[in-house]
Amino acid sequence: MATVAAVIASTHHPFYYRASTSPPETRPPFADAWVSKILAFRETLTHARPDVLVMVGSDHFHQLWLDNMPQFLIGKAPFYDANFYNEEREFGLPRMCLAGHEALSSYLLREGLDAGFDFAFSNELRIDHSVTCPIITLRPQADLPIVPVYTNIFAPPLPQPKRFVELGRLLRRLVEAWPSDERVAIIGTGHLSLELGGPRQFGPHGPDPEFDRKAVEWIANGDINGALREVTLDSLWTPGNATHGFMDFMLMMGVAGDNQRADYVDTLDLFHTMEAYFTWYPNGVDG
Amino acid sequence: MESMDDMSKYLLNKFLYTIDRDPQLVERYRADPRGTVTWWEAERANVIMNLPTLEQSTWQKFDDTEREALATHDYVKLFELGAHPFLTLTLCIALFERDYPEPLGFQLEYATRLKHWRLPYPDIAT
Repeated sequence: MATVAAVIASTHHPFYYRASTSPPETRPPFADAWVSKILAFRETLTHARPDVLVMVGSDHFHQLWLDNMPQFLIGKAPFYDANFYNEEREFGLPRMCLAGHEALSSYLLREGLDAGFDFAFSNELRIDHSVTCPIITLRPQADLPIVPVYTNIFAPPLPQPKRFVELGRLLRRLVEAWPSDERVAIIGTGHLSLELGGPRQFGPHGPDPEFDRKAVEWIANGDINGALREVTLDSLWTPGNATHGFMDFMLMMGVAGDNQRADYVDTLDLFHTMEAYFTWYPNGVDG
Repeated sequence: MESMDDMSKYLLNKFLYTIDRDPQLVERYRADPRGTVTWWEAERANVIMNLPTLEQSTWQKFDDTEREALATHDYVKLFELGAHPFLTLTLCIALFERDYPEPLGFQLEYATRLKHWRLPYPDIAT
């Protein structure tokens, strides 16, 4: 059976690429500290020696639109072109093309449907920065095949937080039962408190540092019950109007498992959002 | 009534979405917002993304408040009307960030102009 070599949860900050690649004279003051944190985080994936990456993210109104909006979608394609004109324009993100892993996509779709998750699927999916940011930070050589899993954290009505946790648990169970000798890293990105297009955007910290502190604790301790007790679709508006992206972190907590403490935890307080990086090794650091 | 309001929000979002993804339309909307809105409502509002134009909708239109908000680049009004804040912000950055010398200068002014809002913000469900 396949091995879950690492479970990784991260924020996906589209400014990282430009901050880390611009020449010294135009580099923002926070860039060097950010880069060193990312290099340490990257090492946690490299150490796991993965063969394939299951990538959990959320389309930001790029390919998926309100005339036909899936709640949970798995890509099944031999390749995924990546990043969009408006991401090049706003963030300077490069165009990319990632190989797909169709066998694992097919397996997850079939077994997921049979287990009660009625996934949508896509045979021609262009992926956005929710998936490419962690490729850039964690695997910049972009040499591993991926299976994209998209969630709707963006266009209400949204699935309940507990559904994200259940999906995470299912992905973990299915990957571990996959008849393959490949090493799979399951990587997902979301947000802590975040406001976009509202009065609290781009403040000196994330819009709700207290939420961020609690959220980091929930994730680091695998405290799924604690998170589920406090987090509802309604409550997530309070820390910031884009904070529903935290549900992708809850999904990753489901992948990691109840009360599983992360093996690696790091944060970085940027000027408008808290960055947060977590890695679990389900079979031990060298497993 | 509620469902008509939601459909209206949908059309506002559709305008923002379809302009934002097209570099030429972004420049056209910056230079001539009212003309772009008039053209778009006549020619594009009823186009369904994944269908040939032969199979258009027949019923999409803005109300006067929405049309005026778009025609005047009034992002404060769009927020109030429940347009998706990510779409409004992303397009407005493309339109106006270039006019501000400081990094994030436009984004901070945008926040300031919405400062009168407290939770709950307008409903963005469509």
